[in-house]
Amino acid sequence: MGEPLIRRRELYVGDLPTIVFGHRSLIWWGTLGMMAIEGTMFAIVIASYFYLRTRISNWPPGLMPPALKYGVLNSIWFLLSVVPNQWTKTIAEKGDLQKVRIGLVVMTMFGVGNLVLRGFEFTALNCQWDANAYASIVWLLLGLHTVHLLTDWFDTAVLAVLFFTGPLDGKRYMDASENSDYWYFVVLTWLPIFFVIYIAPRLL
Amino acid sequence: MSTVENISATTPHLDRHERLSLTWGDPPGILGWFMTVNHKRVGKRFMITAFIFFLLGGLLAVLMRLQLSRPENHFLGPDKYNQIFTMHGSTMMFLFAVPMMFEALSVYFVPLMVGARNIAFPRLNAFSYYVYVFGGIMLWVAFVYNAGPDVGWFAYPPLSGPAFTPGKRADFWAQMITFTELSGLAVAVEVVVTVMKTRAPGMSLNRLPIFCWAEVITSLMVIFAMPAVMLSSTMLIMDRLIATHFFNPSEGGDALLYQHMFWFFGHPEVYIIFIPGTGIVSTIIAAFSRRKVFGYTALVLSTVATGFIGFGVWVHHMFATGLPQLSENFFTAASLMIVVPTGVQFFCWIATLWSGRLHFELPMQWIGGFFFVFLIGGLTGLMLAAVPLDWQVHDTYFVVAHFHYVLLGGAVFPLFGAFYYWFPKITGRMLGEALGKLHFWLFFIGFNLTFFPMHILGLRGMPRRIYTYPVEMHWGSVNALESIGAILMGLGVLAFIWNVFQSNRFGRIAGADPWGAGTLEWATTSPPPNYNFLDLPTVGGREPLWENAPDQPIVTGVREDMREVLVTRPMDAEPEHLTLYPSPTIWPFLTSLAVTGLFIGSIFTPWAVVWGAIPVAITLTGWFWPTKKETEEKKEIEVWENR
Amino acid sequence: MNLFRHNSRVFGIAAILWLASCGGQQPQQTMFRPVGPMSARIEGLWWFIFAIAVAVFVIVWIFLAGAAARRRVHEQLPPELNPDPAREQRYLRRVMVATGITLVVLFAILGHTVVTSKYMNSLQSKNPVTIQVYGHQWWWEVQYPNDDASLWVTTANEIHVPVGVPIVLQTGSRDVIHSFWAPNIQGKRDLIPGHSSAIWFQVDKEGTYRGQCAEFCGHQHAHMAFYIIAESPEKFQAWLDQQRKPAPDPANATLAHGKDVFEKGTCMMCHTIRGTNAGSHVGPDLTHIGSRTSIAAATLPNNPGALAGWISDPQAIKPGVRMPPNPLTGPDLQALVAYLQSLK
Repeated sequence: MGEPLIRRRELYVGDLPTIVFGHRSLIWWGTLGMMAIEGTMFAIVIASYFYLRTRISNWPPGLMPPALKYGVLNSIWFLLSVVPNQWTKTIAEKGDLQKVRIGLVVMTMFGVGNLVLRGFEFTALNCQWDANAYASIVWLLLGLHTVHLLTDWFDTAVLAVLFFTGPLDGKRYMDASENSDYWYFVVLTWLPIFFVIYIAPRLL
Repeated sequence: MSTVENISATTPHLDRHERLSLTWGDPPGILGWFMTVNHKRVGKRFMITAFIFFLLGGLLAVLMRLQLSRPENHFLGPDKYNQIFTMHGSTMMFLFAVPMMFEALSVYFVPLMVGARNIAFPRLNAFSYYVYVFGGIMLWVAFVYNAGPDVGWFAYPPLSGPAFTPGKRADFWAQMITFTELSGLAVAVEVVVTVMKTRAPGMSLNRLPIFCWAEVITSLMVIFAMPAVMLSSTMLIMDRLIATHFFNPSEGGDALLYQHMFWFFGHPEVYIIFIPGTGIVSTIIAAFSRRKVFGYTALVLSTVATGFIGFGVWVHHMFATGLPQLSENFFTAASLMIVVPTGVQFFCWIATLWSGRLHFELPMQWIGGFFFVFLIGGLTGLMLAAVPLDWQVHDTYFVVAHFHYVLLGGAVFPLFGAFYYWFPKITGRMLGEALGKLHFWLFFIGFNLTFFPMHILGLRGMPRRIYTYPVEMHWGSVNALESIGAILMGLGVLAFIWNVFQSNRFGRIAGADPWGAGTLEWATTSPPPNYNFLDLPTVGGREPLWENAPDQPIVTGVREDMREVLVTRPMDAEPEHLTLYPSPTIWPFLTSLAVTGLFIGSIFTPWAVVWGAIPVAITLTGWFWPTKKETEEKKEIEVWENR
Repeated sequence: MNLFRHNSRVFGIAAILWLASCGGQQPQQTMFRPVGPMSARIEGLWWFIFAIAVAVFVIVWIFLAGAAARRRVHEQLPPELNPDPAREQRYLRRVMVATGITLVVLFAILGHTVVTSKYMNSLQSKNPVTIQVYGHQWWWEVQYPNDDASLWVTTANEIHVPVGVPIVLQTGSRDVIHSFWAPNIQGKRDLIPGHSSAIWFQVDKEGTYRGQCAEFCGHQHAHMAFYIIAESPEKFQAWLDQQRKPAPDPANATLAHGKDVFEKGTCMMCHTIRGTNAGSHVGPDLTHIGSRTSIAAATLPNNPGALAGWISDPQAIKPGVRMPPNPLTGPDLQALVAYLQSLK
C-alpha cells in the first residue's frame, strides 16, 4: 500500500516471568477482595449481635450460653492447622510436587476434623435458631463461618485431587499458595467469632 | 527491561490483526454467545439489559402517574399500586442504576481506558452478567404472576416479615438482592484488579483517567456496602421462611436493626450510583473544554472523601425514628460535610470550563442538564440533613422530588451524555443531532415538570407511597401536571431509542476519535477489535492521545498466539510479569444456572440450599479444572520468578 | 443561554401553581401554617436554608452561564497541553475561596439546625397533657392515661388538645411501623413496634388540623389519617369528662334495637363500647363515636349515610381493611347507625 515505515520505540517485556506468588499475582488480589467482602459480612453480623444485646436485659435470654467443649476443641484444631498450612504455602512457592501433594492431603484431613467438630458445635449451642433473636444471631454467625469452612475445605480437596491426577502447570502452585492464604482467613476470622459466641455471653 | 529501537513495517499488520483476532475471538454461533469472556460483549449485554429494565421501570412510573393524576382514582387498586411502586423502585435501583452506572460502563470502558486487552477475571465477568439477568427475570416473572413484592423498595419489617406479608412476594424481592449483589461484588473485584494490575506501562496512578478512579472508588464502596444488604435481605428471608427472629420485637429482635443494616448499604448505594456520574462529567468536560480537567488531584481526593464520608451518614434516613439528640446532631453534621468534596468537584469543573475553549456538542448538553438538576437535588439535600426540617419533609413527596433530582441529575443525565459521547466508540457511528436535541429538551422539560412540583406537594402535606388522595386536599391539579411531565419524559426516551436504531445503521461514520479526546479508548478503531489494541500502548501523561511523545514506545514481547497479558505494578505501572487469560468457556454460564437454581429453590424450601449446593460445586469444579491443552500451552511458556 | 430561560420558566410555573393552590376550603395539613411553636421554628429553619439554596443556585449558574457564553467556540480546537501556571494558580485560589465559603455556609446551616434541634427537645413541663398514640393497620389508637384508672380515656382517630398547654405524645405500634404526622403542629415521629419515644408539642391556635400516616404500612396506608382538634382548656376538659363517661343508654326503642344489633352481631368481636358487653380491642373504641367528626381514620365524614355505607361494606371504601362487610337489613342498619350516632 505504500505506507511509510514507522520508527517506533519498543518496550520489550518478553522475558518477564509468568509464575509469581504473593501480591504480584492477580489471584492474590482476587482473594484479597473476597476477604474484604466476607470480612465485612462477619463484622456486620458481629455488630448485629452486640446491637441486639443492647435491646435485651437478660443475655442469653432464657437460655444457657453455648457449651465450651467443642468450641474450644475446634479452636485448638484450627490453631494447630496453621503449621501444616504455612508449610504447604512455602512448599507450593518452591514448586515441589511431592511435598505439595502431602501438604494438601494433610490440610484436607485437618479440614475434615474441623467440619466434624463444627457439627458437634451446632448440637452444643444450647438453643435452636427459632427460639429467639439471640439464638438466631448465634446460629447465623456460626453458620456463616461454617459456609466458609465448607467451601474452603472443598477447594482444598479439589486441589489435592488435581495435584494427583494432573494436568498440572505452574499456575496450580499459585493456586495452592492462595488456598493457604484463604485458610488463614478462615482461621483468623474464627478467633473473634469464637469470642463472640462462647465468651461474650459469659462476660456480658 | 530492554528498550530496543526497532523499525517495524506496517504490512505485517494484516497478519497480526488476523492472528490477534483469532486468539481473542469467540467460537461462532449461539454457543459462542454463551461462552464469551470478552469484556466488550459482556459490557454491551449489561448496557442493553440495564436499559431494558430502565424502560420497564419507567413504564411502571407512567402507570403510577396515571393513577395519581386524579384524586380518588380507580385506575389501580391498592394491591396493584403497592406492587408497582415497589417494583419501580427495586427495578430502578437494583436492576438499572447500579448495573448501568457501575457494571456496564466499567466493564466496557475501564479495560480500554487503561490499555488492556480484557478485564481481569474474564470468566467471573461473564458469570456476573448471567447472575444479574437471571435475578432480574425472576423478579419480573414473579410480578407478572401477581407475586411481585409490595412492601417498598426497602421492604421494612415487620411489614415485610412473615406476619404481615404472607406468601412469596417479599421472598422474591430478598432473593433478587442476592443475585444482583453477587453480580456487583464480582464486578467490583474485577475492576479493582484490572485498574491496579493491568494498566499500560507509564500509567502511574496519577495518570489514571478520572473515570477509572471513579469506578475504582465505586468498586471499593460496593465491596464494603453490599454485604450489609445481602445480610439484611438474607436475615429477612430467614425470618420469613425458617422462623428466625432477627426483626421480631416480641422475641428480642428489632425492626430498627434492619433499618440500620439496610441504610448502611443504602446510603453508599446512592453514591455508588452517583460517583460514576461524576467520572463521566469530568471526562466530558475535559474533552469538550479542550484541556486536561482542572484540579485532577482535588477531584480524585474529593471522590475518595465522598466515598468515605458516604459510609458515615446512613442514619439520616432514620431521623424520624426517635434517636438521641447527640446522634441526630452528629449525622446532620456528617450529612452537611459531605457537601464539601462535591462542592470542590463543582468548582474544579467550573474552573475547567472558564479556562478552556468550550466546544458545545450533544454530550455537553447533558452535562448542562446535570448541573441544573443535580444542583437542585443537592440543595434540597441540605434541607433534609437538618433534622427538625427532615421531620416535616421525610416520607413526603418532597423527598421523592429530592432523590429523583439527585439520581436522575447525578446519574441519568450524565449517563445520556455518556451514551452520546461513547456510542461512536461502541458502534462506529455518531448519534443523530436533531433527534438528540429533541431527546434532551423533552426529557429535561418533562423531568422538571414531573418532579419540581413534588417539592411543593410534600411541603403541603402529601405523604409518599399513597395510591390515592382525597379531593379536599387540593393536590389534584398539581398531580395532573406532573403526570403530563412523565409523558414528556417517556417521549424523550422514545426519541433516544429511535435515534439509536437509526444511527446504528445510518449514522455518520465516527472514526477512531471523533471528539479529539485524550484517553486510550480513542486510540483504537471504532468499534474496537476484539483484542482492543493492535499495539499495546505505553503512556506519557494523563491524556495519552494528547501528551504521548511521537515515538512513545509500544509494548512488545507479549505473545499474540495465546491470550497473554502484561501485568504491571500497582503504583507506577512498571511491567512486572506475564499471565494467560482464559479462553471462551461454557462453565460460567452453567455455574450461573446452578446458582440460580439454588437461589430460587431456597425461596420455596430451605433444603434447596443443601441440594442446590451440589450442582454449584460441580459447575465450579468444572470451571476451575484445567484442560490438557491449555495446561500444555501454559507449560510451554512458563517462567518462574526467582529461578 | 437557553437553559437560563427554561430555568426561570420552571420557577415561574412553580410559583403560579403554589399561589393557585393556597386558600380554598381544604383541610389544614401543611407545614406552612404553623399553629404552634415547634412547627413555627421548623418553618423558620426552612426559609433560612431555602434562601441559601436559592442564592447558591443563582451564583453557580451565573458562573456556568458565564463560562458557556464567554468561552464557547464553534469548532474543535486542538487541546491545550501546557496551561499557563499563573492562570492555574489564580484558579486554584478561587477554588479554595469558594470551598471556604461553602464551609462557612454549611456551618451556618449546622448551627441553626442544632439550635432548632435543641428547641425541639426543650419543651418540658411538670404538667403536660400526656397522650399515647399507637399505630394499627389502618387506624390510630389514642389513650389519655391517668393514675386513676377510672379516669383513663381510650378513643380512636381524633385527638383533642387544649391550646397553650404543652403536650407530650408517647408513641408505639401494635403491628407494623407507622408514622404520626400533623405538619401544622410538629414534625413526624415513627411508631415502631418494640420502641417507644416521646415527642413534645404545643398548639396555640384553636382549630382542626389534619394529620396522616407517613410510613408505608400496607394496603390502606393512603387512608390512615387523623384530626387534631385544638380547643380552649375549658372545652377540652368538658370533652375529656364526657369521654370518661360510659356510653349513654339508648333513649328510645330504635336506639335500643340498634344496640341489640350491635351486641348480637359480629361487631362485638372487634369493638369496645364501655357500658355494654362489647369489650374487644382489635378495632377502634366506639364508646363515644357519635362525638367524632369523621370515621374510618378520617376517610369519611361522620354522618348517617357515610356510616351506613362503611358498616355495610368497608371493603368498597378501604379495600383490604380488617373489617368485614356486614350485610344487614335496612331497618337493622338504620337502627344501628342511629344508636352509634347517639353515643356522643
